[in-house]
Amino acid sequence: MALDQSFVGRTYPPTDPYEVGREKIREFAEAVGDSNPAYTDPEAAKALGHPDVIAPPTFVFSITFRAAGQVVQDPQLGLDYSRVVHGDQKFAYVRPVRAGDRLTVTSTIEAIKSMAGNDILDIRGEVHDEAGEHVVTAWTKLVARAAEEA
Amino acid sequence: MTAKISYSDVEVGTELPARTFPVTRAGLVQYAGASGDFNPIHWNEKFAKEVGLPDVIAHGMFTMAEAIRVVTDWTGDPGAVVEYGVRFTKPVVVPNDDQGATIEVSAKVAAKLDDNTVRVDLTVTSAGQKVLGMSRAVVRLA
Repeated sequence: MALDQSFVGRTYPPTDPYEVGREKIREFAEAVGDSNPAYTDPEAAKALGHPDVIAPPTFVFSITFRAAGQVVQDPQLGLDYSRVVHGDQKFAYVRPVRAGDRLTVTSTIEAIKSMAGNDILDIRGEVHDEAGEHVVTAWTKLVARAAEEA
Repeated sequence: MTAKISYSDVEVGTELPARTFPVTRAGLVQYAGASGDFNPIHWNEKFAKEVGLPDVIAHGMFTMAEAIRVVTDWTGDPGAVVEYGVRFTKPVVVPNDDQGATIEVSAKVAAKLDDNTVRVDLTVTSAGQKVLGMSRAVVRLA
């Protein structure tokens, strides 16, 4: 069933802060096999001009996607999450995420489309630090595939 | 930010060093834990096949994370990445053996932009098929 177009433009309340830890960044960098010292060695990060270790570019997705759960699980929107696949993902960075950041995410439904029975949902997540400075924006396109004919 | 590549040293068509990244079942379990994405299509073969997939598939975000390493290894400073976007076009199928699958990534400078930034276009394949489309990064060089 097509999703309600009136949800386009709806913004959800900011999430509680997510505190970025050095060891969580290390765990993520190890999981993607990336040994760049900027992710694990504060001195190496400082030599590049960062105040502490920074996170790999896609690390923030774990935070923004959790925030997008507010949208995905909104019973009023009624998205069938069991049929959802990740269509597109984009990030625009003001600065890299770094250890010590306390990040909040504000999610907005940018677009809802229906194509060939598929529901397509574009969610924008604005990520801010504790000082209220913008850190990164994440755009996530989710596609709920049409239910198969019985 | 201190990228080790200078804007003046690159031109449209400059190729970045290509890389091949392995993906194994164990690696996907590790990524699930690190990312918090425990969708069983990434570790449970029975479940993956029940929902119509050929086998367990890699997290799209895992593939996205591997692909950008070609760019961050090139610049040295991962903080040089200003924008990064992809379209997930085909899954990376990961068989249950000690070989797993591989992700092949090549990249080249597609445009020189303002403020010492360049657009890098990435080509990302697995088993001969393109797995990411529209895969582009904007990077600030020295």
